[in-house]
Amino acid sequence: MELKEFIENFVALFDETDASEIQANTAFKELDEWSSLIALGVIAMADEEYDVTLKGDDIRNSNTVEDLFNLIKSKK
Amino acid sequence: MNYNPFSLAGKMVFVTGASSGIGRQTAIECSKLGAKVIITARNEERLQETYNNLQGDGHSMVLADLTTSEGLDNIVSVVSELDGIVLCAGRAMTSPFQFNTREKYDDVFNVNFFSPVELLRLLVKKKKIAKGGSVVFVSSVGGVLGFTLGNSIYGASKAAINSTMKFCARELAPKKIRVNSVNPGMVNTPLIKGGTISAEQHQADMERYPLKRYGEPEDIAHGIVYLLSDASSWVTGHSLVIDGGITI
Repeated sequence: MELKEFIENFVALFDETDASEIQANTAFKELDEWSSLIALGVIAMADEEYDVTLKGDDIRNSNTVEDLFNLIKSKK
Repeated sequence: MNYNPFSLAGKMVFVTGASSGIGRQTAIECSKLGAKVIITARNEERLQETYNNLQGDGHSMVLADLTTSEGLDNIVSVVSELDGIVLCAGRAMTSPFQFNTREKYDDVFNVNFFSPVELLRLLVKKKKIAKGGSVVFVSSVGGVLGFTLGNSIYGASKAAINSTMKFCARELAPKKIRVNSVNPGMVNTPLIKGGTISAEQHQADMERYPLKRYGEPEDIAHGIVYLLSDASSWVTGHSLVIDGGITI
């Protein structure tokens, strides 16, 4: 799995946030648009795109987009 | 003082999903109130644990997967003269709408809707329910009164159950069979743990409840006992909301 492609999938969960605001080192929970519903979207996206089951605590314990990427990669 | 209109003495009560959570506690409470209980679930070890906690004699357990026709046929062939049926088996799913594929709907509806409805249909058709019998669907406030983000598949399955419950209440009334549901809010069971919602989020959610806590399985089991008992003889087609006030 590629980081670039993961970021594209992650960006697709947002509507108001410009793609340029979301990089590998972005602390995603600090984004204005971040919400519990988008958190559920991350879990569903990991399942749909990578066949990886994330838990709520996995999101809570991740800070940057790359943290999520590495977590999903480690679970594949 | 032996007066107890909620007694289940002399009643045969059948409980699905009895290996954990609300189903397990319901089976135990029913046995404490004098019922003979038939419990079913898929996991032998956990079902045995429930069985070991039943009080009194004359209980039985049947291992079955109610999503298969073999499982349903097996159950329907071994039970008879049921005074109470509690349809507890269910599963959760949290997923935002744009990810809700037909496959996910099927997974949830097979367990939460088609299994209990087909089971009840077969029990009615094969005349396995005693006159004066009581059927209790375990529904939810989700999809009926509450519409939490990301809960649309689960909620739709429970709304479908609630609708079916009311149709059955009318259609089975001539047989003197009552059909009701309990509609719990969030209850501390394995169903809500270790999933997509973190413990921290659950704690914050709990604060939104007027009674400031989630339910315990007993809270729901006691409502089910009421609907099974003769205390509710004139109650049918009713959704008993047990939710710590969250839907007020």
